[in-house]
Order: sequence, then structure tokens, then C-alpha cells
Amino acid sequence: MSHSYDRGLVEDFGRWREFTAGMWAWIFHKFTGWILVGYLFTHIAVLSTAIPGAAGETVNDVNVYTYTIQELESLLLVRVMEVGLLAVAVFHILNGIRLLMVDLGIGLDAQDRSFYLSLVLTAVIAVASVPTFLEGML
Amino acid sequence: MAEHYSSFRPRGTMWLLQRVTAVILIVLLAFHFFMLHFVTHAADITFAGTEARMSSVTYYLTMVLFLVTATFHGVNGVYAALLNQGLDGRAKTVVQAVLVVASVGLIVQGIRVANAMAGISL
Repeated sequence: MSHSYDRGLVEDFGRWREFTAGMWAWIFHKFTGWILVGYLFTHIAVLSTAIPGAAGETVNDVNVYTYTIQELESLLLVRVMEVGLLAVAVFHILNGIRLLMVDLGIGLDAQDRSFYLSLVLTAVIAVASVPTFLEGML
Repeated sequence: MAEHYSSFRPRGTMWLLQRVTAVILIVLLAFHFFMLHFVTHAADITFAGTEARMSSVTYYLTMVLFLVTATFHGVNGVYAALLNQGLDGRAKTVVQAVLVVASVGLIVQGIRVANAMAGISL
């Protein structure tokens, strides 16, 4: 039979020093999820320039959609934030796979180690992608 | 520890759809990032290039599926997080209405954008 553990509420953020790996995974998953859903709305707003773009609207003789994206991509801040977005997306995907495994009852004994592995893989992928994301900026 | 643990007990349609969309999004989000950051760099994106990709029916439908699943997964995730924080009563009803309106608005606008990119005029 299973034992039940009373670890208290993870929503009680003030006691973060007592949090276990699974509780950190829960918080990181929520945090990255909020960023991704916020980005989704922003992303569609930016891509909406395709509507006037398809109608032939231009800025400085460049299609307004192309102009908007290329102007944004010319900013170092945007490039750095894209690396951050990749890190957030990769962690959410890897920890999401871990959560699906937990849901299926697979590898429960390794749920803390799989959280640490998600963090390490996220860091490796984010760092490895920096040259691609910052190409032409440095 | 439990001998066997699984959360696959009856938990409602929204719980299941959150998992189903998660599986779809694992593939589509990775594909999207790979295509538009590593195959084509974001800085090299042009309207003509986007138009060419979106002229493929398969690519167009994949992007619409991406839009719908991401919107559902994201907005339902926000709702679940708010329920965890104790959202209840009248506030819960208001939040539900706002999230439904935001989701429908995002999907409608996303499809308008996809149509513009694919050269579809309705």
C-alpha cells in the first residue's frame, strides 16, 4: 500500500526552502507555462502583420510583415529573449514528457532525477543554440 | 512507495484533453522551433518565404492544429493553475468567460493570419 506524505501546499511559496524536487518541477512547469501562453498571444499579434502584408502594404518599400520581423530580429534584446524562450519551451517539453510518464506510473522512483535531467538537458540545448540565435549580432 | 501508481483514473474531459494536446504539442512545438530557428533562421523570414511554406495544405493544416492545441493547452493550463490557487464562485465564472472569449479570439485571429499567409481570401 502507498504511504501518504503531508508536504503542505506547494502554493504556499513562502516555504520554498522546504520544497522537494517534485515541488520545484511543479513550480517551473507552471512558470514556463505562463510564459509560453503569454508568448502565444504576443506571437499571433506580431504575425498579424501578415494580413496587411498580404494586401501589399509596405514600409520603406519592404513588405510590412517582412519589415516587422526583420526589425525585431535586428535587436540584440529580442535575440537574447529568443534563447530564453527556447529554454522555457525545452524545459516545458522535457518536464511535460516526465509528467506524462508520472501520469502513466512509469519511472516513479526516478521522478526527482528526471527533473534534474530535464534541467541539465535544457541548459545544454539552450547554450548550444546560442550561436544559431545570435548569428550576425556579435 | 506505491506498488503501482497511475493518475489515469476518471478525472474528466478537460484533464484528458490537456494530456492529449500535450502529446501533440511535444511534436509540433519542437518541429516549429526547428523549422523557424534552425532550418530557416528567424532573421531571414520574409513574407514570400512564409507564403511558400503556408501554400502547402499539409503545412497549413499542421499550423492550424498547432494554433488550436496550443491555445487550448495554454488557456486550460492557466485555468487549472487558477483553480489550484483557490479560484471559486463568481470569480471562477468571470475567469471562465474571459478565458473562453480570449481563446476564441486568438483562434479566429490566428486563422485569419494563416489564411493571409496562405493566400486564402474568404
